[in-house]
Amino acid sequence: MPLDVYLNVAVGGVLTGLVYGLMALGLSVIFGVVRVVNFAHGEMMTIAMFIAVVAFSAFHIDPLILLVPSAAVLFVFGYSLQAALINPFITRPEHAQFLLLLAVAIIISNALLIVFGPDARSVQTAYALASFQLGPLIIDASKLYAAAAAVVFTAALFAFFRFTLVGTAIRACADNYTGAQVVGLDVKRLYALTFGLGAACVGAAGTMLTLVVDTTPLVGPSYTLLAFVIVITGGLGSLPGALLGGVLIGLTEALAGLTFTPSLKSMFAFAVLVLVLLFRPQGLLGRRSA
Amino acid sequence: MMVPRVAGAGRRSVLLLGALLAAFVAAPFFVNDYLLTVLILSLYFAYIGQAWNIMMGFAGQLSLGHAIYIGLAAYVAATLFTRLGIDPWIGFAAAIPVAAACGAVIGFLAFRFGVAGVYFAILTIAFAEFARIGFDNWNLVNASSGLFLPVTQYAHNDVWRLRGDPTMFYYVILAATAVAFVLCHLLLRSRIGYCWLAIREDEEAARAAGIDTFRYKMYAVTISAAVTSFAGVFYAFFYNNLFPEQVFGISRSIEIILGPIIGGVGTLFGPILGAFVLTGLAETLNFVISASGLDLPGATQVFYGVCLLVVMAALPDGVWPPLARRLGVSGDVK
Repeated sequence: MPLDVYLNVAVGGVLTGLVYGLMALGLSVIFGVVRVVNFAHGEMMTIAMFIAVVAFSAFHIDPLILLVPSAAVLFVFGYSLQAALINPFITRPEHAQFLLLLAVAIIISNALLIVFGPDARSVQTAYALASFQLGPLIIDASKLYAAAAAVVFTAALFAFFRFTLVGTAIRACADNYTGAQVVGLDVKRLYALTFGLGAACVGAAGTMLTLVVDTTPLVGPSYTLLAFVIVITGGLGSLPGALLGGVLIGLTEALAGLTFTPSLKSMFAFAVLVLVLLFRPQGLLGRRSA
Repeated sequence: MMVPRVAGAGRRSVLLLGALLAAFVAAPFFVNDYLLTVLILSLYFAYIGQAWNIMMGFAGQLSLGHAIYIGLAAYVAATLFTRLGIDPWIGFAAAIPVAAACGAVIGFLAFRFGVAGVYFAILTIAFAEFARIGFDNWNLVNASSGLFLPVTQYAHNDVWRLRGDPTMFYYVILAATAVAFVLCHLLLRSRIGYCWLAIREDEEAARAAGIDTFRYKMYAVTISAAVTSFAGVFYAFFYNNLFPEQVFGISRSIEIILGPIIGGVGTLFGPILGAFVLTGLAETLNFVISASGLDLPGATQVFYGVCLLVVMAALPDGVWPPLARRLGVSGDVK
């Protein structure tokens, strides 16, 4: 195959990887602050995907417009989940929290299955087949828009953590739980807020992803797994690591899908995971003690 | 808090267990075909639950990919049977080292590099998914179109070739469950068992006390995988068909862990009780749904999710420990 085929596929993989990165960022934010592993991550993304798909088929609303509303819905969902269900579990062992979220995941994906049925749905925008030509590169318009939206959303999140008072307070909770309580921060509320933000990330990512992939109620677990692979690859608790991991996994999947059969592509994502665990267990950008 | 429940066998426990076993042996004479199938399914999950419990309940290592051991064993035994005509028990003997080796590889990768807790769980899922996709594309085992075992009418039950009516399968899985129970009991009373409990309660302290935690965690994952492998052989010969999507799927791995969690992680009898409670309730629910004429494909799963949620919130130790206190037997029946 000529080189520019590989190049084109690689660019597509990087663009999809940026959306993956935003999804994994949500997981990383939740873990970094609340120290809870969100096993319902992919399932929460499926909710956002269905919001986008249903809004498109019923009212022809472009997913790009839905980015913020959909993220807001997921924010509320994540906030309530943390406030009602997870906060009472904060002092329970790690695996208990994990199984709690597993239960939430099972309920979400099967409730979606009952409501929407098993069929795959997709969004057919006017620019679904459009593309931009850049020298030898042909860039898919949907992927470009999705990636651009993901980058903007990520930048906004970084700015929030860096420059706002609430963002600083959340970082304080992550750095020192007891210290944050001593200076009078309402840690439980900040946890709920953080979980909401993580959910908003995955909501935005899911909305964007409908431009690129089909939606079915049962895709959740594979995206949960993908998010974990990305976060572990990039480095636990490292926000830039989540983005880097996303791009790397997106690229790996795209090239593996081209070189071998597409159905084998997630095997290569797992292979990357195993390699990372072997040679750099703390992840690409993670610190040893993280 | 998980408290080791290994002390005090007690005559009462032995009596109760004996009565239970007698009831199980007599059961096929009193139930119809449908109930027999439900019992087989319950015992199947009771068996796997015990195998999983060795890792999570005893040694504190959460595996969410146990379907990989079932799937590997099922495919090894079924492939040997269909391609070479090798009998299932010999196939089982071949499946044990395959499953154990797979467990050892996962354990080595994880424990060597300090991958612990939920990240270990993720790694186990990743391996199960890896296997699912691999088998889905592997033509020797018919890839995604599935592997079928020849089904013919048999004049009599043949335990050696695992061909026969449901009653035979019932006794096979009942015997396996009883053997697993005794095995778990013996393991818990051995040096290995005590080391596992020490690791589960506090790994740092266990290491400080001179326990080679890496070695004992490797024992846990390989023994658990080897015990699980029989369930795979049973699955292959009971259902006579294997699809990678079905045997390796994440939902399979989750079904496996629900029984022990509901029954009581780390207890001997919890996985068995949990399997019966869960399977019984799920079958009742299916019956109600089909009787009401609705078609709800995800309803059983939602029900599993709600069960898990309720048990996690209300009974952190599972159903068995409080029930055992009520029955007047020590936290655990021996």
